[in-house]
Amino acid sequence: MQRIMVCVKRVIDYNVRVRVKPDGSGVVTEGVKMSINPFDEIALEEALRIKERGEATEVVAVSLGPDDAQQQLRTALAMGADRAILVKADAGLDPVTVSEALMALVRKESPDLVLLGKQAIDDDAAQTGQRLAALWDRPQASAASKIEVQGDWLRVTREVDAGLEVNEVDLPAVVTVDLRLNEPRYVKLPDIMKAKKKPLDATDLQALGVSVSEDLKVLKWDPPPQRSKGVMVKDAAELVDALKQKGLL
Amino acid sequence: MSQVLIVAEHSGGQLSPATSKCVTCARGIPDAVITVAVLSDSGAGVAAQAAELEGVSKVLLVDNPANAQPLAAVLAPQVAALAKDCSHVLGTSTTFGKDLMPRVAALLGAPQLSDVMAVESANRFRRPVYAGNAIVTVEVPAGRQLVCTVRVASYDAAPEGGDAPVESIALDSALPRHTRFVSVSAPDSGRPDLQTASRVVSGGRAFGSKEKFESIYQLADKLGAAVGASRAAVDAGYAPNELQVGQTGKIIAPELYVAIGISGAIQHMTGIKDAKTIVAINKDPDAPIFEVADYGLVGDLFAILPELEKLV
Repeated sequence: MQRIMVCVKRVIDYNVRVRVKPDGSGVVTEGVKMSINPFDEIALEEALRIKERGEATEVVAVSLGPDDAQQQLRTALAMGADRAILVKADAGLDPVTVSEALMALVRKESPDLVLLGKQAIDDDAAQTGQRLAALWDRPQASAASKIEVQGDWLRVTREVDAGLEVNEVDLPAVVTVDLRLNEPRYVKLPDIMKAKKKPLDATDLQALGVSVSEDLKVLKWDPPPQRSKGVMVKDAAELVDALKQKGLL
Repeated sequence: MSQVLIVAEHSGGQLSPATSKCVTCARGIPDAVITVAVLSDSGAGVAAQAAELEGVSKVLLVDNPANAQPLAAVLAPQVAALAKDCSHVLGTSTTFGKDLMPRVAALLGAPQLSDVMAVESANRFRRPVYAGNAIVTVEVPAGRQLVCTVRVASYDAAPEGGDAPVESIALDSALPRHTRFVSVSAPDSGRPDLQTASRVVSGGRAFGSKEKFESIYQLADKLGAAVGASRAAVDAGYAPNELQVGQTGKIIAPELYVAIGISGAIQHMTGIKDAKTIVAINKDPDAPIFEVADYGLVGDLFAILPELEKLV
């Protein structure tokens, strides 16, 4: 195939313990480390491996977000993407807008495959890939744990509740990836230097002809209800007694 | 009045308990008239089960050989056709619903709320974000068609006792051939289903090997429990990935959850928050799992596990 488009989202790093602001207006982002959504990083790694096997010729990384999302695109370029496109937009767009913007990019770039994470670890919506596939009227394979390129179609193994499901999808297609697909490579310093010379184009929603959907209005943010700490028991016998008393055994 | 369409999840001729939980969620929408859609190649049995759920007004049955397997690309245009005049379209927040519903939403041009955990009004809902570290209250414009996936761990199954009519429908939606089902590995362990079991015993990385992890199955079988695993245990290859409990695995709400050798990473806690009673067994007294456990036991799991097996 010719081109793989990989979507990368800038999110709070997965190691950060996310806290809700006391006024309920959002989560604390000041001074917090930002990274590529880990699922998207796995998608990028897979695209690079497909290219390195000679089964694709170009990997394009795209992101929607504020200017700062350039950092994540530079990381993507350092990992090995050939070029990058930033669609400038406010953070926190809903999947309706994101999928429409990606569709506009698909029309421009005509990729054979779009790879992205099965969900972003900020809004946990898990919608964008499937929505894009619908708008594009092309196949989708969500939560992939194995992707085999077979010329003009893919054999994709998906993680489903029952176990592993295998689907065949004709290209072009959208595939969202799960954790066990691969382990992303580490970026080396010379690659970071090289990435500075790679093309990073910018556009915006208006240029793509996409308007921002405001259907989903977040009224407030609350911290989750806390479970209270229970009691410590000294051995298995005491544990079984306690559970029997509560009628759980 | 809210016209609510629920997309039934089923396999092997059985309606999934997750769909019954969707019905409970739907009953929380004011003035809801609930229709369940069963898409199958031979769904009469599943439709009959859906018709028995209290609160269901009607069951629509779409039998088509193309619906033998749950392929989102094939099902979505049919669901979108059925949902045209509905105010709410609900699916399960399982891999089935997560795959299908966004595709339906995009075909309808509707927004979607994923993982709905509480209904506050016909157009106001609550859902978790950031792996459950925050809960947002979200409103859509009144009258806007909305697609939701329902976080099944947040709802009880709807009681039986209903007697809704079943209507067979033939749809003329053009169905794509670009996506083909090949196989699904459904290892039949003979144990209860992890997602719906009332008791779950889970193991973590502390087991140290696949062979040692096996010992958890004996305790589970004595308890009649499903077996789960932490992401660390799955990543290490001790347990198959469909057993993973947590943000990126299954979110469960059993009556009794026993976590053995699991330290309690945030992503794991997200998956068990709704368990009624949590028991933690770990040799590290400072393991975060003890902060949420109703009963904690510090000690060597390889000594405790055989004792427990004898006592229960």
